Amino acid sequence: MGRKANYDTKAKRGPGKKTKKQPTPIFPTDGAENEERQLSHRQKQRAKKRSLKQSKKDKVTAKKQKIDMDSAGEEALDSEDQGNDSDAEEQTYPTAGKKKMLLPAKKSKLKIFGDSDDDEEEESEQEAVDDYGVGSDSDDSDDEDIVKKSKKLEKKKKAEIEAGDAYMDEAAQKLEVDIPSLEEVVEELKGEVDMPSIHSRIKDTAFVLAEFSKRRDPNRSRSEYIQILLKDLCMYYSYNEFLMEKMSDMFSSGELLEFLEASELPRPVTIRTNTLKTRRKALAAALIARGVDVDVIGWSKVGLVVMRTSGNVTLGATTEYLAGHYIIQGASSFLPVMALAPKEGEKVLDMCAAPGGKTTHIAAIMRNSGMIVCNDLHRERVKALVGNLHRMGITNATITCKDGRTFPKMMPQFFDRVLLDAPCSGTGVISKDQSVKTRKDPKDIQRCAHLQRELLLAAIDSVHKYDGSSGYIVYSTCSVLVEENEDVIEYALKRRNVKLVPTGLDVGKPGFVNYREKRFHSSMNLCKRMYPHTLNVDGFFLAKLKKLGNVEQSSKDEEEEDGE
Amino acid sequence: MRPLKVHETNLVFEKLKHYIGSNVRALIERSDGLYCFRLNRGKVYYVKEDLMKLAATLPRESIVSLGVCFGKMTKSGKFLLLVTALEFLHMYCQNKIWLKESAEQNFMYGNHVYKAGLSRISENIPKHAGVIVYSSKDIPLGFGVTAKASVDCRHADPMDIVCFHQADIGEYIRNEEDLLS
Repeated sequence: MGRKANYDTKAKRGPGKKTKKQPTPIFPTDGAENEERQLSHRQKQRAKKRSLKQSKKDKVTAKKQKIDMDSAGEEALDSEDQGNDSDAEEQTYPTAGKKKMLLPAKKSKLKIFGDSDDDEEEESEQEAVDDYGVGSDSDDSDDEDIVKKSKKLEKKKKAEIEAGDAYMDEAAQKLEVDIPSLEEVVEELKGEVDMPSIHSRIKDTAFVLAEFSKRRDPNRSRSEYIQILLKDLCMYYSYNEFLMEKMSDMFSSGELLEFLEASELPRPVTIRTNTLKTRRKALAAALIARGVDVDVIGWSKVGLVVMRTSGNVTLGATTEYLAGHYIIQGASSFLPVMALAPKEGEKVLDMCAAPGGKTTHIAAIMRNSGMIVCNDLHRERVKALVGNLHRMGITNATITCKDGRTFPKMMPQFFDRVLLDAPCSGTGVISKDQSVKTRKDPKDIQRCAHLQRELLLAAIDSVHKYDGSSGYIVYSTCSVLVEENEDVIEYALKRRNVKLVPTGLDVGKPGFVNYREKRFHSSMNLCKRMYPHTLNVDGFFLAKLKKLGNVEQSSKDEEEEDGE
Repeated sequence: MRPLKVHETNLVFEKLKHYIGSNVRALIERSDGLYCFRLNRGKVYYVKEDLMKLAATLPRESIVSLGVCFGKMTKSGKFLLLVTALEFLHMYCQNKIWLKESAEQNFMYGNHVYKAGLSRISENIPKHAGVIVYSSKDIPLGFGVTAKASVDCRHADPMDIVCFHQADIGEYIRNEEDLLS
């Protein structure tokens, strides 16, 4: 059947398909990506053509725009923005929008590790453009030409941007932001409230406050605007007025909005690998096999972010979890331990340890050597601590249930390092516990701050004098309020012979040195503050203290004062 | 906190021997320091000596746990191994059984191991010997006592119990409240 070719007579051509060998694979390394790509001759030619074409085009458009700007004048612009107010509003908002109005938590990645991605992309784009330049510089004269042209273009672009800015400002001035008076607002908030209208008023007020001198209604004071903003915010985000005032003291109006918005959204779930039992790579593979999408955290060697879990998997009940291969822990909880930097064989005290996320981290870093005393006041919470420590295979820890303030009496100057994750009002973790918004009053804050001061002094007293690499105290809270953070550190600096040292972390904002009427010690900028809206971690404060001696500072202070 | 009395020590070692055989010696004579057993409020702890000395300075009622809790002395005067000892039992154990992936969850909810869920079993395990139960990926899940010798397992009915459940890591969430009480 069918035709049959006569293959016998055909001579074989070439070595045949099977003998063809694949070259050894080349894996792109980090460095290789950045290396310049070799362009073929044709590619170079095309790039040259493209750049020339582009520059011509830009020239033409720039000219056109210039003519537009000159001739059309202001009238045209005015009529345009009067024509539809809403349009103008949208156009002008980008000034506020430029400052990352995009909510960090909406991105699936944590910002603290996601940020670099965008930069890289931009860089690579930049590089790609540069490549063409490199490709086309076969002629020196050509090159100079292009450089000149590009300089011209840059100038024009700058001028354009400036013109645009001026236009924006003008538009903003013309824009009527209609904000009712304070009395009206208060009245309105008493009755039935319309959330969308409040939201738009919040935006308007924040917009005016962003550039107050230009956008204000000259008959009204700044304090009135601020009062209106706070009233609206309290209603919209359901905070009590005390807490909202505290927050507004700390942030500018734009940042306050971002902070509040970020506090509403949940933070991404992060887990920490237990290096005593497994490695991060193995754990990630095991979890992915279970249908949990995880991604590594760039700045930590043990962290993983959970991107997505398939429906039937509970992250807190997998076999790996029960076998102690990981613990679910907020990304911000890694940082105090990283700052504490315990060494093998040291004696470490964790004063407020439950539920044991940080303690197990310390033990893992110390590889189960040395000694850890972990303490928590509450019996109920200690149970979780016991469970976690045994699950994670920690053998070098003693768990106690005592008031942390008794430690200097029990074990004076015994420890090398102390981690004090003080109980606090929880204003940094509002997304976890919404009740903070309404429940805290000045007394609560004061009570917290008082306890924190006593605990910090106790922590300092239970560390022995600095020698070599020991004698450190790390103080952390999940609150953003100054009363619970800088104030407490300042108190300890005055009372004890300690000094602030760098935390060794390069994320976060420095602590306040000047805050409203308060003037703190000049080294207070060594503390770290983390906010949900900037890094997409829980709001957080961190300070590392080094003990210099046992002499109480008070006598020394007096001497200094005498000297002055 | 006090050292174990002679009869208590016997009880503990007897039980440990059940699971790890002659490796009990290795548990005590370790190269990385001196380890000892201590009794605190009815619980038996396995703890490094220097940590024990530190804990001795603390008030007894404030100590919740030290080192690793191996088990507790029951009111009827026996020693009961707890799941918290699994880490060390699995390190030194001789008798092991591996479960099929489908049977892992079942065991971790506190059920016995059936023949149907058995994937592998080490050879020459006698009847009523202590075994460590592993998942298919070699993660220790708990421990139990064999209901059959490993030779008999081959011919057993799928619904026959192979290993009686004693403790499993599911207790960390099922039973966290009274893990040490």
